[in-house]
Amino acid sequence: MVQVEGLGRYLAEHPFLKDMSQDSRGIVVGCAANEVFKAGEVIFREGGPADKFYLIRNGAVAIEVHVPGHEALVVETLHDGDILGWSWLIAPYKWAFDARANEVTRVISLDGKCLRAKCEADPKLGYEIYKRFIPVMAHRLSETRHRLIETITDGD
Amino acid sequence: MDGTALSPQAAPQAATVAADPMVPRPFRIERYIREVDGCFTLHLTPLDGQPFHYRPGQFNMLYVFGVGEVAISISGDCRDTSKLVHTIRVVGTVTTAMAKLKKGDTVGVRGPFGNPWPVDAAVGSDVLFVTGTIGLAPLRPLIYEVLHRRAEFGKVVVCYGSRGIKDILYEKLLHEWRGRFDMQVHVTVHSAPSGYRGRVGSVAAAIKAARFDAPSTLAFVCRSETMTRPAIQALNERGITNDRIYVTLERNMKCGVGFCGHCQFGPTFMCKEGPVYRYDTIEDLFMVREL
Repeated sequence: MVQVEGLGRYLAEHPFLKDMSQDSRGIVVGCAANEVFKAGEVIFREGGPADKFYLIRNGAVAIEVHVPGHEALVVETLHDGDILGWSWLIAPYKWAFDARANEVTRVISLDGKCLRAKCEADPKLGYEIYKRFIPVMAHRLSETRHRLIETITDGD
Repeated sequence: MDGTALSPQAAPQAATVAADPMVPRPFRIERYIREVDGCFTLHLTPLDGQPFHYRPGQFNMLYVFGVGEVAISISGDCRDTSKLVHTIRVVGTVTTAMAKLKKGDTVGVRGPFGNPWPVDAAVGSDVLFVTGTIGLAPLRPLIYEVLHRRAEFGKVVVCYGSRGIKDILYEKLLHEWRGRFDMQVHVTVHSAPSGYRGRVGSVAAAIKAARFDAPSTLAFVCRSETMTRPAIQALNERGITNDRIYVTLERNMKCGVGFCGHCQFGPTFMCKEGPVYRYDTIEDLFMVREL
């Protein structure tokens, strides 16, 4: 008999959720789905509804900015073990950038609306989720500031 | 040298400064290479034909006659004592004048000066090089030396960052190194055109991607003073402690031998005790804003 493995194993293996309690992960998995993006495929576009976020299992995703009159610009790439997207947490739940798969990319997507409802109903779960997102956001903000500083001071 | 093949030449001898370190020695420009925007490389040979011994991490004072002198790290292979290689960024009067020189012109050279990278300290360890933009130039002699002695080290990893895909210094060489089976090269850029398949982010992203055994890794960092701390932070996050990190610093080198005081950094003179320091010996100075 073929054993069909659920997404719980992938959630447990992903660095973003691996230290979460099994109970909490059991709640989260109800909002999860497995997805694969082909190389070059657009995952989401700026201004679109931010109704998901993604745990990258393997692959690479380019975060792009549309620059009117110019070629789109990649400002960051995300890779195995990274998370993609936090606009689902922040009203009005619209994507701030474009995201495109740079290569075949396998992800676990999590339904933002579903998870928001579960977080509202279970503040402990909400805290667990925020506790994981805030360091990622802080790290990326800090990293962006460092690049800004380097760009400004380059040549000194 | 621009290749990476093992050199049959002898291991570098200890550097010897000329009898009078204040007297420049004339060198002829044998080759002038335009690098990325605002950077160029000079290959210099001594007019007296005598070899020039130096160690990775040392620098020279290059003199444009009638204009002035500037401190520039040596960026060639120290096993080739027949020539000096310097990669230079145009930032001031002297380097602007230097950029206008051509093959056959003569410059003055004083040196070599400064404390070299401690390559022997890394024997038996994984070796991690962290650098960005033109910082690869002062690290290149050390990378060459580690590759000459490749069997003495564990993993060899280069983490390099630049602003854009057109600003990658020694790009051909990075491709060659990446093509080796015994070396990792992680390149990041701050931004890139859509469709670029490489990694976009800071050097910290390259450090995050690198594979090494942190407790037995020695890191050599060559970044601007401002960007050194974020690099150290990224290394600490990967488990490399400050006593296993070497950094290079440069500030207003003038005499090169520690008596003019222009390059003083707290209790040290960078031209003499530096430019290479073990990070834990100077980390407190980084936090002193007045320095």
